[in-house]
Amino acid sequence: MPKKVENVGCPYCGVCCDDLVVTVSDDGKQILEVENACAIGNQIFHHATGSERIRLPRLRQPDGTYKDISYEEAVDYAAKVLYNAKKPLIYGFGSTNCEGMAAAAKVAEKAGAVLDNCASICHGSSFLAIFDNGYPSCTLGETKNRADVIVYWGANPAHAHPRHMSRYSIFPRGFFTGKGHMSRKIIVIDPRHTDTAQVADIYLQVKQGHDYELFDAFRAVVRGHEIPDVVAGIKREQIVEVANILKKARFGTIFYGMGLCHSDGRNHNVDIAISLTRDLNDYTKWTIMAMRGHYNITGPGAVWSWQYGYPYCLDLTKKDIAHMNPGETSSIDLAMRDEVDAFINIGTDAGAHFPIDAVKHLRKHPWITIDPNINMASEISDLHIPVGIVGVEVPGIVYRMDNVPIQYRKVIDPPEGVISDEELFERIYRRLSELEADEAVKEHAKAAPEGVRAGE
Amino acid sequence: MKTVTLTLTNPPKLLLEGQNITPDNFAGKNTAEIATLDLWEGKQKIPLGKHFTVAGDGGATAAETKIVLRGDCTRVKRIGQQMTAGEIVIEGNADMYIGGWMQGGKIHVKGNVDSFCGIGMEGGELIVDGNAGCHLGSSPRGEWRGMKGGLIRVAGNVGSDTATFINGGTIIIGGDADIHVSTHGEGGTVVIKGDAKGRVGGQMVKGDIYVYGTIENPLPGFSMVGEVEQEVDGETALFAHHIGDLGERHPVSRGKTVYANLYTRL
Amino acid sequence: MSELIIRNGFVFDPLQGIRGDRMDIGIKDGKIVETSTLSAPRTIDAAGMTVMAGGVDIHSHVVGPKVNVGRLFRPEDKLFKSPHKSPTCSRMEMGSSVPSTFKTGYDYARMGYVFVNEAAMPPLHSPHVHEEIRDTPIIDNAAMPVFGNNWFTLEYLKNNEIENNAAYTAWLLRATRGFGIKVVNPGGSEAWGWGLNCVHIHDPVPYFDIAPAEIVKGLIETNEFLGLPHSVHLHCNNLGNPGNYTDTLDSLRLAEGYAPKNDFGRKQVMHVTHLQFHAYGGDSWGNVGARSKDIMDYVNAHDNITVDMGQVTLDETTTMTADGPFEHHLRAQNNLKWANVDVELETAAGVVPYIYSPKVKANTIQWAVGLELALLAKDPMRIFLTTDHPNAGPFTRYPRVIAWLMSRAARDATMKTFKWLDRTIDATSIDGIDRELDLYEIAQMTRAGPARALGLTHMYGGLAPGMDADVAVYALNPGDMPSDPAAIENAFSRCALLVKDGVVTVRDGEVVTEPAKRTIWVDVKVPENTQVQRDIYEHFLRHYSVKLDNYSLFEEHLHNSRVIEVDTTQ
Repeated sequence: MPKKVENVGCPYCGVCCDDLVVTVSDDGKQILEVENACAIGNQIFHHATGSERIRLPRLRQPDGTYKDISYEEAVDYAAKVLYNAKKPLIYGFGSTNCEGMAAAAKVAEKAGAVLDNCASICHGSSFLAIFDNGYPSCTLGETKNRADVIVYWGANPAHAHPRHMSRYSIFPRGFFTGKGHMSRKIIVIDPRHTDTAQVADIYLQVKQGHDYELFDAFRAVVRGHEIPDVVAGIKREQIVEVANILKKARFGTIFYGMGLCHSDGRNHNVDIAISLTRDLNDYTKWTIMAMRGHYNITGPGAVWSWQYGYPYCLDLTKKDIAHMNPGETSSIDLAMRDEVDAFINIGTDAGAHFPIDAVKHLRKHPWITIDPNINMASEISDLHIPVGIVGVEVPGIVYRMDNVPIQYRKVIDPPEGVISDEELFERIYRRLSELEADEAVKEHAKAAPEGVRAGE
Repeated sequence: MKTVTLTLTNPPKLLLEGQNITPDNFAGKNTAEIATLDLWEGKQKIPLGKHFTVAGDGGATAAETKIVLRGDCTRVKRIGQQMTAGEIVIEGNADMYIGGWMQGGKIHVKGNVDSFCGIGMEGGELIVDGNAGCHLGSSPRGEWRGMKGGLIRVAGNVGSDTATFINGGTIIIGGDADIHVSTHGEGGTVVIKGDAKGRVGGQMVKGDIYVYGTIENPLPGFSMVGEVEQEVDGETALFAHHIGDLGERHPVSRGKTVYANLYTRL
Repeated sequence: MSELIIRNGFVFDPLQGIRGDRMDIGIKDGKIVETSTLSAPRTIDAAGMTVMAGGVDIHSHVVGPKVNVGRLFRPEDKLFKSPHKSPTCSRMEMGSSVPSTFKTGYDYARMGYVFVNEAAMPPLHSPHVHEEIRDTPIIDNAAMPVFGNNWFTLEYLKNNEIENNAAYTAWLLRATRGFGIKVVNPGGSEAWGWGLNCVHIHDPVPYFDIAPAEIVKGLIETNEFLGLPHSVHLHCNNLGNPGNYTDTLDSLRLAEGYAPKNDFGRKQVMHVTHLQFHAYGGDSWGNVGARSKDIMDYVNAHDNITVDMGQVTLDETTTMTADGPFEHHLRAQNNLKWANVDVELETAAGVVPYIYSPKVKANTIQWAVGLELALLAKDPMRIFLTTDHPNAGPFTRYPRVIAWLMSRAARDATMKTFKWLDRTIDATSIDGIDRELDLYEIAQMTRAGPARALGLTHMYGGLAPGMDADVAVYALNPGDMPSDPAAIENAFSRCALLVKDGVVTVRDGEVVTEPAKRTIWVDVKVPENTQVQRDIYEHFLRHYSVKLDNYSLFEEHLHNSRVIEVDTTQ
């Protein structure tokens, strides 16, 4: 009899839907049906058992092909790469659990590595704004239960966070918002008339790259000052109209996305959005929230903050003190400046996401990919270590975009022999400790690790 | 004043962190002792003498010590970090954090510098003949008490985020500035003799900015209030006077609201 | 079989009434034992030194979401302020006012502490709290879920349904693996959902048709109905405002007529926390003054109340509280960065950096108020040393607070640095107080008292046989106390020895081992209550953003559980 697993968390986006129902075959080896998930979440589950999986680590051979090796050999290789490098970089963590992130931090600290996560190329600029200006926010249930004005600024949840609007913001009927959509005013601000903009009551087509000016205008109007006739392509009358809606809201939330943190000025766009939120709290209740991308990309920011006080871009190379300065210790900057000499790509795809020059620099040095799947990074790696898929095969804690921890379940076992990120890093840690302890091995380890680098 | 000359004869593979290259650390040390000071390349600690040829002894105090750096220091970071006195001359380029958290003394870079130079500066002088990267004279991450004093002079152009959270001191830029000048500023003076790209004085509470050229995208939160003649960097000129950022909070002093001032040259 | 004997120290154990007697302490298998039962113990010489039970902190913000916001959004709290990792510790120690979990564990251990009660756990975030507990080495932790603005609580207490509220409370304690009932700005944090507040105890909570006074009384009744180890733990309304002492007295009076009912030796029905923030007279920061005497006169006369200090240490720090409206108010005063997290159906939180300066009159008055509270207290078993870490100052300043309490000279030296000394003296009574506490009283305020108030004296806070072998030895000779208060501070900063669960953990101020720490929580058995089960089901169906089955902490996320069982069905 197929078995239904309920209250399953979805390992796709930062909305972290935890109401999935997954039907698993009698033998527990096949995922048959996924209910309540969006199309993308659905695909992640079906992909786990519906396609051929990598079951053993694979090491690059002289002829450029991969050869299967044991986990023990892979752990030894990874430990030696980390041990020998002057400045290794461990980057990724968009798609793993917090247990894995904690174990990876232990490895990074022991190895003297730079530890970074996908926020570095995503919402990292939000962190910079939070460092400078704070973060008046709330949990998503607050928005659902109270909000009568919703702003999506530079975000397109209709595509990127498919169930965000129905679960938390526009459509749900909450405690004080019994009329759902009818009780809310929706404002969308975006240079493109997105599918999200289609459901807006008010849509402002801000001139691309000029969000900061528009925020400045809103702030000036909220304080009762005059502004020019047109700011960032928006007429003064419209700015005044929206400013009044913001001021008169009972409870509002600004959800913002890459449109702010990846256009000119980046963190400053977020920073001034936070300033506007601060200002509005002198009149009524306003909150702001980053539309974090992956289901647990909020996780490393949480885990490493309690472990080191920094959410990303941690330079642990001194082994006794951590240093963080995005712009210097951020993965792309390090790679572009050719400042690292070993790279571990974990739970993400730097091969696909990094600029080509950054990839070229990183490729000069050992590159290890840790990921359940074949991706662009795994295809140019020296070593690919498969792991179980968190949320499908590995349980654990993840942090939703509003920093609420969600306990994820596993619905099936990983392919036989495949271990979790956490176990892998624990084993690398033990191997590193051995290398460190054993002076004789230390000499040996300074030789190049086994395996030959792939040709370009 | 005694002079120590460091020549980079063995450049690093990745980078070098040279926070020990300050008059404060060299003072009272002879050539051999200076050569044993630590540099870092990632996790490796290396004696200075492995990369640099050292000539000359330090003076008795920082104030009596001058350091001259030769060779290509494009990848040497943190020279002159936290120095309190004395002098550093870098004959060519240098990397990040040059003069970071500097409290006194003088640094003269004859080439270009990268980002975060003069960050968290409290006093002294940082002179750059070439260009500077981003975050010149800015505050470190999260720190609302930015540049407090001292003088930064860059002859060429600068990147973005100059003088974030500036509280005091002066920055004079001979060329152009990229976006974000004196963002969140609460004091101090920034002079841009070339053009500014935009977001000049955003979220600024107090302080002064002078722009001699054009501002490509002025902020709506600044409003012109008149024309004034001002002496800046030794010359007198006529400026349009704007106050702002009107979107930001402003203190009230003796019954009058204090705004940040933006002067554009007429 | 590991055996230890700590010989010849001057032992201070208020739970047994031992006042500095020269005694040996026997330890076997992690417990205190009679020395006669030891066969071949390892001997540690404590001659000329002070021996106490491991320290117990009743109120500190060390783990959880708002603490972590404080860490995350203050990189400047680390830069040039973090120590280099100790070679004897396994992990780095980052941070200053809001230390990393590792630094938190190490620093508490270095001060001789073994138990720290996390002062506010938002129930929705309990998996986060327990993850941080896992990463906080050495010290045992408990965490109190917040109830004072919880919609279930407000609805039950509005209708005076104590039994239902008790059933819900028992459910939530189990769901979050929580320790006791924390109340923060009752009603006010719910009002903050609309940008409002409840300043006085009779201000109505918007929509819920209840006032803070009823919430507090209802929760006291709930707590005693259940017979929990700890009492209601209250952060009063109107924190931090001039003139608030009247609101505080109003809140204290809510405990009148209630007597403790529990099997844990607890004597109070209400613990009022960080009292310093609640003892101000005047009506503006211009004329604010100490009302510590009014407050302590009341506390001294009512033995069903315990309090803790919330001592201002005059440092740069990071304020963080579930009192959301207060933090919003504070950010308008100092214009610094402000984080806020309202938590659906449950609570709120705010975080703002703050600099307590000896140059600011309001701050030096706050400093005096905290010390006055302790120095005016008649029974040190009912007032505990805290800084409401990190709100009034980081916990790493406890040794300095001890020095101020033990030495008039230490207080005078600090007061000499005040810019507004005369005005501070005028507005307070600190200059007229000569009292100097002794080591016995310090032991009462830092271990015996808090342990009794928490209902944990069967495990912590004393050195009687059968209790946990948590022993701190300080290099202080009670017969020859140093005249320099800095020496007192140093001795309490870095204990000469800490034995935790029978394991030598700190030696000469350095952490030498990191024994497994534990999570203390309270499991209350109550009769099945279908009404409450239905209410829980309904709220999760309609109003929470997570599923009920994912809300309760999964067993695998509870680390080294040490459960205290309470059975109300007997």
